[in-house]
Amino acid sequence: MTPGVFEYHRPNTVEEALALLGQFGEDGKVLAGGHSLVPMMKLRLAEPAHLIDINAIDGLRGIRDEGDVIVIGAGTTQAEVLTSDLLAKKCPILPEAAAQIADPQVRNCGTIGGNCANGDPGNDDPAIMMALDASYTLQSQDGERQIAAREFYQGIYTTALADNELLTEVRIPTPAEGVGMSYQKIKRKVGDYAIAAAAVTLSMSNGQCTDAAIALTNVGDTALLPLAAADAIKGTSVDASAVDAAAEAAMAASEPVEDLRGTREYRTAMAGQMTRQAIVEALSRAAGS
Amino acid sequence: MSDAQEMTLEEREASIGGIGTARKRKEDARFIRGQGNYVDDIKLPGMLHGDFVRSSHAHALIKSINSEEALKVEGVLAVITAKDLEPLSLHWMPTLAGDMAAVLADKKVHFQNQEIAFVVATDRYAATDGIQKVVVEYEALPPLIDPKTALDDDAPIIRDDVADNDEVGQGKRHHPNHIFEWQVGDKEATDAAFEAADITISEDIAYPRCHPSPIETCGCVASMDATNGKLTVYGTFQAPHVVRTIVSLITSIEENKIRIVSPDVGGGFGNKVGAYPGYICAAAASIVTGHPVKWIESRIDNLSTTAFARDYHMTGELAADKDGKILAVRAKVLADHGAFNTHAQPMKWPAGFFNIITGSYDIPVGHVKVDGVYTNKAPGGVAYRCSFRVTEAAYLIERLIDILAQKTGIDKAEIRMRNFVQPEQFPYNSCLGWEYDSGDYPTALKTALKAVDYDGLRKEQAEKREKGELMGIGVATFTEIVGAGPVRNCDIVGLGMFDSCEIRVHPTGSVIARLGTKSTGQGHETTFAQIIATELGIPSDNITVEEGDTDTAPYGLGTYGSRSTPVAGAATARAARKIRAKAKKIAAHVLEVTEQDLEWEIDRFKVAGSDVSITMKDIAMAAYSNIPEGMEHGLETTDYYDPPNFTYPFGAYICVVDIDRFTGDVKVRRFYALDDCGTRINPMVIDGQIHGGLTEAFAIAMGQEIVYDETGNVLGASLMDYFLPSAVETPEWETDFTVTPCPHHPIGAKGIGESPNVGGVPAFSNAIVDAFAHLDVTHMPMPHTQGKVWKLLNELGLNK
Ligand SMILES: Cc1cc2nc3c(=O)[nH]c(=O)nc-3n(C[C@H](O)[C@H](O)[C@H](O)COP(=O)(O)OP(=O)(O)OC[C@H]3O[C@@H](n4cnc5c(N)ncnc54)[C@H](O)[C@@H]3O)c2cc1C
Repeated sequence: MTPGVFEYHRPNTVEEALALLGQFGEDGKVLAGGHSLVPMMKLRLAEPAHLIDINAIDGLRGIRDEGDVIVIGAGTTQAEVLTSDLLAKKCPILPEAAAQIADPQVRNCGTIGGNCANGDPGNDDPAIMMALDASYTLQSQDGERQIAAREFYQGIYTTALADNELLTEVRIPTPAEGVGMSYQKIKRKVGDYAIAAAAVTLSMSNGQCTDAAIALTNVGDTALLPLAAADAIKGTSVDASAVDAAAEAAMAASEPVEDLRGTREYRTAMAGQMTRQAIVEALSRAAGS
Repeated sequence: MSDAQEMTLEEREASIGGIGTARKRKEDARFIRGQGNYVDDIKLPGMLHGDFVRSSHAHALIKSINSEEALKVEGVLAVITAKDLEPLSLHWMPTLAGDMAAVLADKKVHFQNQEIAFVVATDRYAATDGIQKVVVEYEALPPLIDPKTALDDDAPIIRDDVADNDEVGQGKRHHPNHIFEWQVGDKEATDAAFEAADITISEDIAYPRCHPSPIETCGCVASMDATNGKLTVYGTFQAPHVVRTIVSLITSIEENKIRIVSPDVGGGFGNKVGAYPGYICAAAASIVTGHPVKWIESRIDNLSTTAFARDYHMTGELAADKDGKILAVRAKVLADHGAFNTHAQPMKWPAGFFNIITGSYDIPVGHVKVDGVYTNKAPGGVAYRCSFRVTEAAYLIERLIDILAQKTGIDKAEIRMRNFVQPEQFPYNSCLGWEYDSGDYPTALKTALKAVDYDGLRKEQAEKREKGELMGIGVATFTEIVGAGPVRNCDIVGLGMFDSCEIRVHPTGSVIARLGTKSTGQGHETTFAQIIATELGIPSDNITVEEGDTDTAPYGLGTYGSRSTPVAGAATARAARKIRAKAKKIAAHVLEVTEQDLEWEIDRFKVAGSDVSITMKDIAMAAYSNIPEGMEHGLETTDYYDPPNFTYPFGAYICVVDIDRFTGDVKVRRFYALDDCGTRINPMVIDGQIHGGLTEAFAIAMGQEIVYDETGNVLGASLMDYFLPSAVETPEWETDFTVTPCPHHPIGAKGIGESPNVGGVPAFSNAIVDAFAHLDVTHMPMPHTQGKVWKLLNELGLNK
C-alpha cells in the first residue's frame, strides 16, 4: 500500500500545467483531489512518473453564472458544489448529488473536474452531466476544444481526454426555470459507489412532459443515457404507466456487473427503481405539472 | 487533620470514584488528542521495514522463487524465504490449536495472499519496490473453497504436510482435509426425544465468514540487541505473555531474554490473539540484520490473511411439545477453519464453548457434533468479540426458537417465557455440561417488553401487514459463557487460563497496579482502578493501571473472551483485599488496638464505637515507617486468580425494522438492549461497550462477509466493500440493565464487552425474518444486504 516512485510538480497557472502535460505525455498525471488517483497509486494500479498537482491554480476554481450557461471550474470541490447558492437555485441536482458522493473528508478534496475526468463508471457526476447535457472544456498547448459529456465517455477508465489535455471547466446550459430534477442513488453505506443511481430532469407544461433526460450511474461501463427511458415520459402526464415504461427502458439499457453490491438482476432492478424514484421526485419539483 | 474529616460519608464515597461511578475514561485524554502510542508510532534508530510477497493463487505448488532482481532494488537488503528459515526451524510455527502453520510458504501455497517471502528494506516504499521484483513461479492446483466438499473422496488435498497423520492436534480425524470431530451430549436420548416429540423443526443456518477488522491492523517492531542477546518485540498483542512463552518455545531463546510489549492497541476483537508470520519474520530479520525491523499490515493484508471469524455451517433442530416447551436440541456443524487450524480458543475446546447452544432455556437433553475442515482460504476461526464460538451458538438457538414459535403459532416473546431457566433453578446444570452461575431471565424480558410496548408494536405490525408494508420485531434473549477460565478445563499451549494483578501502594498513598491482561480499547486503566479504589479507599485518580509489558506485568493470559473483568478483575479485587488485610494489621499497630477493634469505613479503619481512625493514606506511610514487629515493610502484593467457574452474562434485546419493499433497504427503527453483567463497575464504560458491540453486531448482520469466488480469490478485502458502518448508518441504541451479581466473583461482576455482539446479531436477523413471518418465511441467510432482502421480496412478488 505504498505508491511507486514519482516526481511531483505544482504549477501555479493553467499554462504551466499544460506545458508539463505536453512535456510528459502519458508519463504525467493530473492530481486534483487525489481521492481516486491516490488510492490507485497506493495499490500500484497507477504508477505515473510525474504528478502534476493542479490545486495551486486558482483560476480552475469557482462557479459562475454566464446567463445561458453555468460554468464550474474543474478544481471546484464537491464541498463547494454542496454549499453553492447559485447551484442550489439554478441547478439543484448538483448539490443534491454532491451530498451523496462519498463523505465529508472526500468531498473537501475531491473535485468536480476529477469526478468527470476520472472515467470510473461508479462516479456520480458523469450521469448528471449527461442528463444536463453539459460540455467539458479541454485545453492543451495545441489549443482548446469543447466536448459534450454525452460524447466524452468511452469505457471503463477510457475517455476522450488526451494525455496532454487538462479539463478546465464544466459548462452546463442553464436549466430553464421550473425544470424538475433529481438524483436518486442506492448504496450500501456512506462512502460507497452506487448499486445504481438515476439522474432525471424534466419540464412540464400544462400537465404534459415537454422535455426529459434520464441518465444512469454504475450500471454499465460508463454512465448511460437511455433515450428510450426519457422518451417514455415525454409527451405524457408522467402517470404511473409512463413511469413504469421509463423504468423498464432504463432496466433494458442497464448492463451492470455482478459484484458485492449485488447480482446483475438486483442492480438492474435498482436502475429501474432509482429511475422511478427520480422521476417522481423531479415531477414533484417541476413547475406546471 | 485533612479536609476529608469534614466530608460526609457520601462525599467521601464519591471522592473515591470507585465501583459504580460513571467516571470518564483515563485513557481518552491521550486517544482523543491523537497522542496514543500505537505500534506504528514506534520508531527505533536504524529501523528497517519488512513486507511480504504474497500468493496470487489459492492453491499451487511453488516451482521457484527468484529474488535476484529484487535484491538489486535500491534500499532492499534481504529477501527471506522458507528455505532461509528452515535451518532455524522457523519456516513453520505451532498454532494455538495444536496444528502447524506455514510462516513462509514451503513448497506450496494454501490460500490467496499467503506469505511467500519477506522483503526487508530501508523503508516501506523500497520494500514494496522489492516485492514487485520477486518472481514466483507456480504450478496451479485445483482449489477447494466450499467446505461442504472438503470431505469428498476426490477432494483436493490441502495439507500434504499432514496428509498421513491420523490427528492434527485435536483428536482423531478421518480424511486428509478433516481437522477434528467434536461431540457433546447424549446422542441416543436426544434422538429418542426427537422421535417421540409432537413437533420438530430443522433449519440450515450459516454464520458467514467475517473479520474482526480492528481499525489498527496487526504489526510489530522486533529488535534484537546484539550486546545482550535480548529480543524486544513491540506489537499488537492481546496476550503479550503468551506470545513471550510461545516465542521462547519456538526459538529456544530463554524467556528472560525476550520482552514483549503491547503499546496502545487500536482494537483487537480476537484479531490480535494469534501469532502471525509477520511477527516471526520481523524477529528473524532483526536477528539476521542486527537492526530493528518493523512490519505493519495493510488493510487488505489484514482482511484477507489474519484471523477471520465464524464460517460455521450449522444445522439446528428443536423438538418440542404442542405448548412450545422445548424437549431436545440437536446441532450439526461444519466448521471451515481455512488452510491451517489457527483458531484461538482454550485447547481442549476445538469448537470453543459451542455447547452453550442451550442458551437461556431449560432444555432436558441435547447433542452437538462439530467437524472442522481445511479449505484453501485464510486460516483462523477466532472469537470476534465473543467468547469462543458463543456467538455462533447464541445465533443458532435464538434463530431456532423463533422458528419454533412460528411453527407452533406461539408469540416469539411468549415462547421464550415458557422455556426460560427460572431464577430458582440457579446454579443450573445444562444438559450439555455447563453450570450457569446466576440469572433472572423472565424479569429481563418482561422489562424489555414493557419498555418497547411490545403489544403495541405487534398491533402496529398487524395493521402494516394489512397495508402490504413490512415491519419486523426481533427478540433475542441470550446467555453467554465468558471469563475463560477455570484452569481445570481451560489452557492455551498448556498454560492455565488464570490471570493476575500486582498492586503496589506507594508511601504517600497512591498506587500502581499491573495486570496480565491488555486493554485494546476497553478502558482497563479506568475500570480496574475503580475496583482498587473501592477495595482500598484510595481515589481512583491516584491509581495507575499498567498492562502489556512482560518485563513488568505479572503473567497473565490476556484479553479476549470477556475474560478481563471475570478473571483479572477478580485478581485485582483479591490483591486489594490482601493489601487491606495487611493494612488492618498496621492500623491496629499504629492505633494501639487489636484488629478485632477495627472496622472498615470507605477509606479508613475506625476503632469501633469511637472517633479514632486511620486513613489508608496514613497506613501507607506507616507501612514504610512504623510496622509491627515481624512484619515486612511495604504494601504490595500479587494475586493469581483461577476462577472456579465461568460467568454467564445475559440480556434481552428487541429490534424493530421497517423494510423498503422495492429496494430491500432495511431501516432499524429502534433497538433496545437490556444487559445484565452482574455488578456494574462503570456504567459509562458499559454503555460504551454496548454501543460498540451493537454497532459491530449491526455490521455483521447487515453486511460483513469475507467472500471468495470459486477459484479462491478473496473479494472485497478493503473497507470500500467490507462493511464498517459509519455514524450515518448506525442506528441509535437504547440501553437498560438489570443486576444479578455473579455468585463466585469477588465483586459479583460478569463481563460486558461481548454481550452486544452475541445478542445483537440474532436480534437483527430475527427482526428481518419476522417482517416476513406472515408469509411463512422462517429463515434468511446473513448478511442481510439490500440485494439479499430484495431477492426474497422479488421471489415473493412483494416488490411489484
Ligand atoms: C471513500 C471514497 C468514497 C468515494 N465515493 C464516491 C462516490 O460515492 N461517488 C463518486 O462519484 N465518487 C466517489 N469517490 C471518488 C471521489 O469523488 C473522487 O474525488 C473523484 O472520483 C475524483 O476526483 P479528484 O478531484 O479526487 O481527482 P483525482 O483523484 O485527483 O483524479 C482522478 C483522475 O482524474 C484525472 N483528473 C483530475 N482532474 C483532472 C483535470 N482537471 N483534467 C484532467 N484530468 C484530471 C486524474 O489525472 C486522475 O486520473 C470516492 C472516493 C473515496 C476515497
